[in-house]
Amino acid sequence: MPDQPLLDVRDLRVSFRTRRGSVTVVDGLSFSVSPGEILGVVGESGSGKSVSMLAVLRLLTSPNVTVEGQVHFRGRDLLTLPDKEMQAVRGREIAMVFQDPMTALTPVYTVGWQIAEQIRAHEKVSRKEAHARAVSLLSDVGIPDAASRANAYPHEFSGGMRQRAVIAMALSCGPALLIADEPTTALDVTVQAQILDLMRELNTQGSAVVLITHDMGVISQIADRVLVMYGGRAAEEGPRRAVFHGPRHPYTWGLLDSVPRVGGPRLRRLPTIAGMPVAPGSLPEGCAFAPRCRLRHERCEERPQLTTDSFDGAHRDACWLPDDDRASLRLTSRAAATDVPDMEREATP
Amino acid sequence: MSALTTSTEVLLRATDVTKHYPLRADGLSPRRRVLRAVDGVSLEVRAGETLGIVGESGCGKSTLGRCLVRLTELTGGRVEFDGRDISTLSTRRLRPVRPGMQLVFQDPQASLNPRRRAGDIVAEPLLVHRYGDGAAVRRRVAELFDVVGLAAAHLDRYPHEFSGGQRQRIGIARALATNPKLIVADEPVSALDVSIQAQVLNLFADLQEEFALTYVFIAHDLGVVRHVSDRIAVMYLGEIVELAETEALYKEPAHPYTQALLSAVPDIDDGTLTDEVPRERIVLTGEVPNPVDKPSGCPFRTRCPYARERCAVERPRLTMTASGRHTACHFPLID
Repeated sequence: MPDQPLLDVRDLRVSFRTRRGSVTVVDGLSFSVSPGEILGVVGESGSGKSVSMLAVLRLLTSPNVTVEGQVHFRGRDLLTLPDKEMQAVRGREIAMVFQDPMTALTPVYTVGWQIAEQIRAHEKVSRKEAHARAVSLLSDVGIPDAASRANAYPHEFSGGMRQRAVIAMALSCGPALLIADEPTTALDVTVQAQILDLMRELNTQGSAVVLITHDMGVISQIADRVLVMYGGRAAEEGPRRAVFHGPRHPYTWGLLDSVPRVGGPRLRRLPTIAGMPVAPGSLPEGCAFAPRCRLRHERCEERPQLTTDSFDGAHRDACWLPDDDRASLRLTSRAAATDVPDMEREATP
Repeated sequence: MSALTTSTEVLLRATDVTKHYPLRADGLSPRRRVLRAVDGVSLEVRAGETLGIVGESGCGKSTLGRCLVRLTELTGGRVEFDGRDISTLSTRRLRPVRPGMQLVFQDPQASLNPRRRAGDIVAEPLLVHRYGDGAAVRRRVAELFDVVGLAAAHLDRYPHEFSGGQRQRIGIARALATNPKLIVADEPVSALDVSIQAQVLNLFADLQEEFALTYVFIAHDLGVVRHVSDRIAVMYLGEIVELAETEALYKEPAHPYTQALLSAVPDIDDGTLTDEVPRERIVLTGEVPNPVDKPSGCPFRTRCPYARERCAVERPRLTMTASGRHTACHFPLID
C-alpha cells in the first residue's frame, strides 16, 4: 500500500490531574503523517498542539498525566512500547526540535561534542568518527567553517546558528520523522527563511516533518497538509491548498482573516475572533469553538466530529454548518467580525 | 479634528540621535569598546500619524523608542517634542512635558507591578501628575477602563488575574491616563495570540481616531507594521536605511535590506494573491553583525547582494532620491 501512514494517531487523549480535578488538554485527537510529507499543525496557545506531540514521543512523564489512545508508528503502538525500545525510537527514528534551542543544548559541552554524543547513543561508532560526522552535519545545515565551530560552546552561537545546530543533531541519525515545535518563532524573519529552506531540503531527502506553529504564513509556505487545532481537538484538516483557498471551519476563517498581511488590501479594522482562546479545563460539552463562533446554533451543543464533505475526501472539518454554502457564510461572518461598533470585551477568565 | 492637527505639523523631531553603550574593558577584551545601539537617526513624526519602526532584533528600534521619549539619556543629537528640545531638559523641567508622551511596552507581564491592583496601576500616572482629588482620580480610572474595553468590576483585580490581551489593555489605559499627544508603543502585540492581536490592533486604531493620538509603533512583524502605519522607518544596525509611505515601501522597496526583509516574510497564499507577480525571494546569507563591530561604510554591505567597493568606504546617508524616496543607499533599487 503506497498510502500507509508513517505515523497514525488515533483518539489521543491527554489529561492532567490538578488540584481542581482532571483537566483534559488533548481531547480525542486523530491525525496521520505519510512518509515524506510535511504536516503543519496550527493553533493558538493552549490548543494542545505541543502537548499532543510530547505525548506521541512519550515525553510526558509526570505521574499526574494520563495519555490514552493509539500512536502507530511503523507498525508499532508507541504508547505500549517498553521504555527501552521507546528510547531507541526517540532520536533515531523520530527526532524533535524545540522553539528555544538553548533548552536542547547543554551549555557545558561543545556543540560538536553534543552532536557526536547523540550519534554514539544510537550507533556503534568510534568517538573520532562520530565527531567527523558531527562536523559534516554542521556544515550540511549551513554553519560556515564547521570544523572549528564544532568546538564552540552554545553561548558562542547566535540564535539562528543554535537552531541549526539542534537541527543538525536531530538529523544525525537520519530520522524518518522530525517533529519541530515552533522552530522559527524566536528567530528574525531573514533567519526564519533560512531555517525553513533547511527544513524543506531535509524533507526532500526523505524525512517526514510535523511542523507546529502559530504562524499561518509559515504553514502556507511549507506544509503539504494542514491540521488546525482548537481546544485540544482537530477543527479542520486537509491538503494545504484546500485549507487555505477554501477553509471551512469558522475558526480557520478567523485565524486567516485576523492576521495583518504584507500584501493585498489594507483594512482599517481587522476582523477579529470574539473572546479569547478556550482555557483547558473549561472545554464545553459541544463544539469547543461555539462560545466564540458568530454562526453558532442549537446543533453546536452537540460535539461535531471531523467529517469529510461531499466534494473532497481529504479535506475534513468538525463543524455543524451546512457544507454547501460555507464560502458565503464566511463572508457573512467576516463582515460581522469587522463591523463591531465598540471595542470588543474579552470574556473574563 | 482641530486645525492644529493637520498632517504636516511635526510633533516630534529627532536630529542625529545616537545612543552608545560603553562596554566594560576586561581581561578578554582590554580595549574599551562601544556598542552603538542607535547611530545617527533623524526623523520626524507628524501630528496624528502613525510612524512605524521596523527591524530585526538588535537593530536598535526599542532603544530609539526610549530615546524619543527620553526614557534613556542620549549620547548625542537632540529630540524636540511639541517644539521644545527635551534632550537637555533637567528632570524637573521635563516633568511637565512627560504627560504628553507615554509608552506602551511589549510584555504586560513585566511592565505591570504584580503586587498592585489594576485600578491602582492605571491611577499611578494621575497621582504622579497631580490630576485631582481621590474621587476625580477614581472617576478618571473608571472612564479609562471603559475606553479600553475593560470591565469596571475588575478594578480591584491583580495583573495575573487577567489574560494577556487584557493586561495589554491595562498598559494602554495607563498610557492614556494623562491625555498624551504621543504614544510610543514598543512591540505591543507581539506576545499575543493572533485573534487577540487583532482585537488590540483595532483598539489602537479606535483610540487614535477618538483622541487624535500620534503613534510611534515599534514592531518586527511586517504585516502588523503595514497595518498600523502611515509611514515606516526601516532600521538596521542602529541606522534608518529607508523611510517611506507605507504603500510605497511595500510595493517598491528602495533599499536592498527592505527588499530582502519583505521577501523573507512567509505570506499566506489564500488564492487571492494570484493576480500579483510573485515576489522574488531574496534569502540573505549570514546574520546581522554585532553592533560593537559595525562594518565600515554601509552597515548592510556584508549581507547585501548588490554591495560594491564604494559601500565599504563611504557611509550612505538617508537622502531623497529623484523620485522622492528616502533611503540610505549608494545604489538604491529605485531612483
